[in-house]
Amino acid sequence: MSKFKKKKSGELPAISTAALPDIVFMLLFFFMTATTMKDSDLKIENTLPKADQTAKLHKKEFIMYIYAGKPNERYRATLGGSDRIQLADKMSSPSDIRQFVLTERAQRNSADEKYLTASLKIDKNVKMGLVSDIKLELRKVEQLKVNYTTTQGNPVKE
Amino acid sequence: MARKGRGLPPEVNAGSMADIAFLLLIFFLVTTTIGVDQGINRLLPRFDPNPVVPNINERNILTVLVNKDNQLLVEEKLVDIKELRQVAIDFLENNGKGVCNYCEGKRDASSSDSPLDAVISLNNDGQTSYETYIAVQNELVAAYNYLRDRESKKRYGMSFTELDYIYNDPATRAVEGLREDLEPKVKKIQEMFPMRLSEAEPKKN
Repeated sequence: MSKFKKKKSGELPAISTAALPDIVFMLLFFFMTATTMKDSDLKIENTLPKADQTAKLHKKEFIMYIYAGKPNERYRATLGGSDRIQLADKMSSPSDIRQFVLTERAQRNSADEKYLTASLKIDKNVKMGLVSDIKLELRKVEQLKVNYTTTQGNPVKE
Repeated sequence: MARKGRGLPPEVNAGSMADIAFLLLIFFLVTTTIGVDQGINRLLPRFDPNPVVPNINERNILTVLVNKDNQLLVEEKLVDIKELRQVAIDFLENNGKGVCNYCEGKRDASSSDSPLDAVISLNNDGQTSYETYIAVQNELVAAYNYLRDRESKKRYGMSFTELDYIYNDPATRAVEGLREDLEPKVKKIQEMFPMRLSEAEPKKN
């Protein structure tokens, strides 16, 4: 009768998924550009302290990372419960820092060497005794540019 | 030869494209971390087996002691960390001699002569926690930044922190003349408020 009578075909039209790859690719490119690769698996606790007078670190190729903290729960049986240093993937002692810095330097060309910064990622519960050992070793190899890497926030508790 | 001489080539099935893209996406989600690292930049002093003890007048030194219970002692008075920034600013720009024409200090005769002479001496215990150390560092850097930014804004209309970041960025090398242009500005501000923060080796116990 009426022209506008609904068709009683029951079946819903299929949703087109043709644009799905485009959406996923968009997400993919977002994550590829906005994130950086994880470089090492941490075997230690690493909650960085807070600070707000910070500067952003420059490009990753000019940075070497030195981690310190208490070993994680599951490594505590083998590594003990006291503060340890981790360089790349290895648990180390302060005397290994020298070799580590020299290796890092050798991997870069000499023009970039003066931009090379040591990023100290140290857990907030580490005692200063270990931190000064690290600093002393760095001074001995003339790696004087350091960055106390922190998270953003006000360190003074309200 | 072909059966359909002039027909269009068969369409490539792109149905699994989404699956491939998802796979890549998940790979990147798992292997990467978001966010840029930031922190407090510091230049360590060169290693010297027998350091020379400089002759500095007592009033030009602000002694900050941190003990193993993370308490602060500034100039032999117990100070809360919240007050440290203001104490440091007052000390740095005190201008006791009156030779510093850009300072706004109180000109107290028992405090520092000028920002060029002022030294902050930081002393921690071996058992001090790193968190407190960073908090103290942060407050002291904040005091310097406050003074440098004030002076830099007055002169160049740009904060010192910004100026210094661009100057030290390796990417700046690509822009002809930019580094050369910034260098005297950065040097000038650093000269006006030199960061003289001395750290003693923590006592071992």
